[in-house]
Amino acid sequence: MGAASPYGESLHLMRQFASAAPWLLSAALLAGCASTDGGKGEAVKGGGDPASVRLAAKGLDPAASSESFPSTYRPMPSVTTAIVGARLLTGTGEEIEDGTIVLEGGRITAVGRGVPVPAGATVIEARGKWVTPGLIDAHSHLGVYASPSVAAHSDGNEMTDPNTANVWAEHSVWPQDPGFTRALAGGVTSLQVLPGSANLFGGRTVVLKNVPARTMQDMKFPGAPQGLKMACGENPKRLYGGKGRSPATRMGNVAGYRKAWIDAADYQRKWDEWRKKYAAATDDKKPDPPKRDLALDTLAGVLRGEILVQNHCYRADEMAMMLDVAREFGYRITMFHHASEAYKIADVLAREDICVATWAEWWGFKMEAFDGIEENPALVHAKGGCTVIHSDDETIIQRLNQEAATAMAAGNRLGLNITRADAIKWVTANPAKAIGVLDKTGTLEAGKMADVVLWSADPFSVYAVAEKVFIDGAVAYDRADRRFQPQTDFELGQPGKESRR
Amino acid sequence: MSPIARILALALMTGIAFPAAAETVAVTNARIHTMGPAGEIGRGTVLIRDGKLAAVGADVAIPAGARVVDAAGGVVTPGLVAADTTLSVAEVNSLHATNDHDGAVEHLSAAFDVKYGINPNSTLIPVARLGGITRAVVTPDIEEDRDERPKERLFAGQAATIHLGPGEDLLMASGVGMVVHLGEAGAGMVGGARGTSFAALKAALDEGRHYALNRARYDYGHTRPYRLSREDLEALVPVVEGRMPLLVHVHRAADIRQVLKLAREDQVKVVLLDAEEGWMVASEIAKARVPVVVNPLSNLPARFETLGATLENAARLHEAGVTIIIEGSRTGHFARQVRYNAGNAVAHGLPWKAALEAITINPARVFGFGARAGSLEPGKEADLVVWDGDPLEPLTQPRQIFVKGTEMPMDSRARQLAKRYRDLPPDQPPAYR
Repeated sequence: MGAASPYGESLHLMRQFASAAPWLLSAALLAGCASTDGGKGEAVKGGGDPASVRLAAKGLDPAASSESFPSTYRPMPSVTTAIVGARLLTGTGEEIEDGTIVLEGGRITAVGRGVPVPAGATVIEARGKWVTPGLIDAHSHLGVYASPSVAAHSDGNEMTDPNTANVWAEHSVWPQDPGFTRALAGGVTSLQVLPGSANLFGGRTVVLKNVPARTMQDMKFPGAPQGLKMACGENPKRLYGGKGRSPATRMGNVAGYRKAWIDAADYQRKWDEWRKKYAAATDDKKPDPPKRDLALDTLAGVLRGEILVQNHCYRADEMAMMLDVAREFGYRITMFHHASEAYKIADVLAREDICVATWAEWWGFKMEAFDGIEENPALVHAKGGCTVIHSDDETIIQRLNQEAATAMAAGNRLGLNITRADAIKWVTANPAKAIGVLDKTGTLEAGKMADVVLWSADPFSVYAVAEKVFIDGAVAYDRADRRFQPQTDFELGQPGKESRR
Repeated sequence: MSPIARILALALMTGIAFPAAAETVAVTNARIHTMGPAGEIGRGTVLIRDGKLAAVGADVAIPAGARVVDAAGGVVTPGLVAADTTLSVAEVNSLHATNDHDGAVEHLSAAFDVKYGINPNSTLIPVARLGGITRAVVTPDIEEDRDERPKERLFAGQAATIHLGPGEDLLMASGVGMVVHLGEAGAGMVGGARGTSFAALKAALDEGRHYALNRARYDYGHTRPYRLSREDLEALVPVVEGRMPLLVHVHRAADIRQVLKLAREDQVKVVLLDAEEGWMVASEIAKARVPVVVNPLSNLPARFETLGATLENAARLHEAGVTIIIEGSRTGHFARQVRYNAGNAVAHGLPWKAALEAITINPARVFGFGARAGSLEPGKEADLVVWDGDPLEPLTQPRQIFVKGTEMPMDSRARQLAKRYRDLPPDQPPAYR
């Protein structure tokens, strides 16, 4: 969040009030919390978050959003492991020949040449093989458009209003989607699942660790921020225009965004004012809180810089328009998705530090994708931008490395001199940055989560397959060992096996 | 700069893509995968004359005056074939007016023919060609989400073969196959269940047979009443006479069995399309000598009829002796994925040579142009690609592409866009570039 934003200020104020907290006590008593300390209030300050406001129930407090549906992810059991002799693409721009990587206690503890192997470690001899960070897909609909793709599984687009900022993709995720296990076999260790693009505001996104799980919460990436899916262009105007309501045009789209941000600012102000009044009022004259609104909560979360804007937008001119909308209301766009024409304004996007998630191959499926070119990812990269190769697809997610290879080849055909060490970032570090988890995963660096893929060959080769996939140091997939080839409940006892091995 | 390079440079500068005329060309110093009886030639020459392959081998005499293209140890393969694609009959998927692959209606179903919609100026064609594709099997389809159309459409219509070479007339042959959807999608189009769509297909073939024997009497009204229109009956004649294969979209193993049974009973030729569960009945398919067009990436239980989908389908079918053809994507925009899909089939067990056959000589033979293209054999039309490495690898690029002996420009609208926006910010609007 830029310091220039008026809403950064309101966040600051809110925190001050929260720590002063004279009003917290009665709120807690109202909620029936067992506070007996007679007015000091410390006992009820929630969750280590000074912005948190305790009301009758957590669900009535916008500031408590991040505590809802909490992650229950726990790493699978792991042993200390050293992969020795492989070629490492670190995701930090390095390619290390004959390298060693040590995974210990779920973390990467050492990376490099001649790194000592800890006593008792399981050693994997990997000469001739390659190691990369676990791949990350910043744009997936696994779980919300699950296989089989029957209408009963169509849970990704709440196509009932152009603004459904109130819905959360995580509430649609079916953890038994066989697509998750296929993506795992392709080396994907984390992914952002988004709502669809039918609406101007599609709802909140969720970041998952790609582990087989009983519940969504068991997959939810601990500490990852949520995103807000926004959509430009043809989809919203086609859908709602077709129903005879706004938006029916691109100008209608923009009017829709602006109205929503105005409402969000108003909502934010009401809560800020209430907090002020609450703090100033005596115990017997505490004002009632405003009513919580789930959609405006999401938008206010963006204005406070807590929720990252993930903006579906194909055309260059529309991306420029969205930049101005963001400036007008003081929020930041983290990434443009699909962005088939990003190459036309690659200089602008690099300057604004906005990532671009796109494909190498997809183009021409609609008018706004007609100028999509294979060179797009490489041209964005060459201007100093943050290129992300995404899938938006349950098949491409299984081969993000190959999609990156095609994109790299296209760039080099144009003389852009892109190395493997650069291009691997497009499916590791850069998507990690764009979904807010680069401090935790996305590169091979000591201290990061041990999310690692051992490839049979150069991952930019069509013949390379993921031999082993580690998530938090645990073997999540092993191509040579059936015990580590997870099968969803849906597929259990059904015909067909992925492998004869 | 060679004369051809100068011509191409001029073509690029002016934005006009025109191919050089057919000439005598010797592609030398190449690792040649002939896909014919000569097999692989470690280091050899391909001689092109009058649009045809004049000689292919390790010791080929280069005639005086021939232009020599030094492949510099690169790989030469036949031009690839995109089997089962909308290439040339689709421009922008979401704009129905630009698409001519889904057009069957109730009374013009078997009679629907993609040949009328072929657009030689489609921007998709150079894009596909830069993926090494020189021929295509253009197929009609019935899109499931276009429910504003009449429901009762048994056949999607007739397929055609095209070349991606010079000239305005790309059509090689029309009526190379009759497309029909069976399984869940087919049931959705006719009646709602398999019992309807299979019965409807059998009834249509029966009417077609009857009509074929009583054509002369039709105009006098001296035949039994037919449910099909005259145009559809006429279109079915080559099918019932075994001259035109049914191209059957089918997925589930049990449905594949039903199709094989129908082919036996009704004496029609069939080619299976998709056949995700084909591996489960591979020996039966092989025994029936029915070729299969597969997308090797289909490995999800996308529908209840593809629960057995696996990345090893291509390998297992091949192992059982089935003639396989590997497609890119039906969507013409992604036809260039043909070679990557073949590579992925190799990564999951298919021998490399079988994968290359599946995108060259196999589709050429199955779709009736094996005598003209699909392999590098003297006398055939000269379709070939010079690659800088293994053609199935995404990092490999084509260096030269010849179709019917003409070297085609390495250019497309997409490449022109890339060049236009390579240097930013522009000092003047890119529209002047």
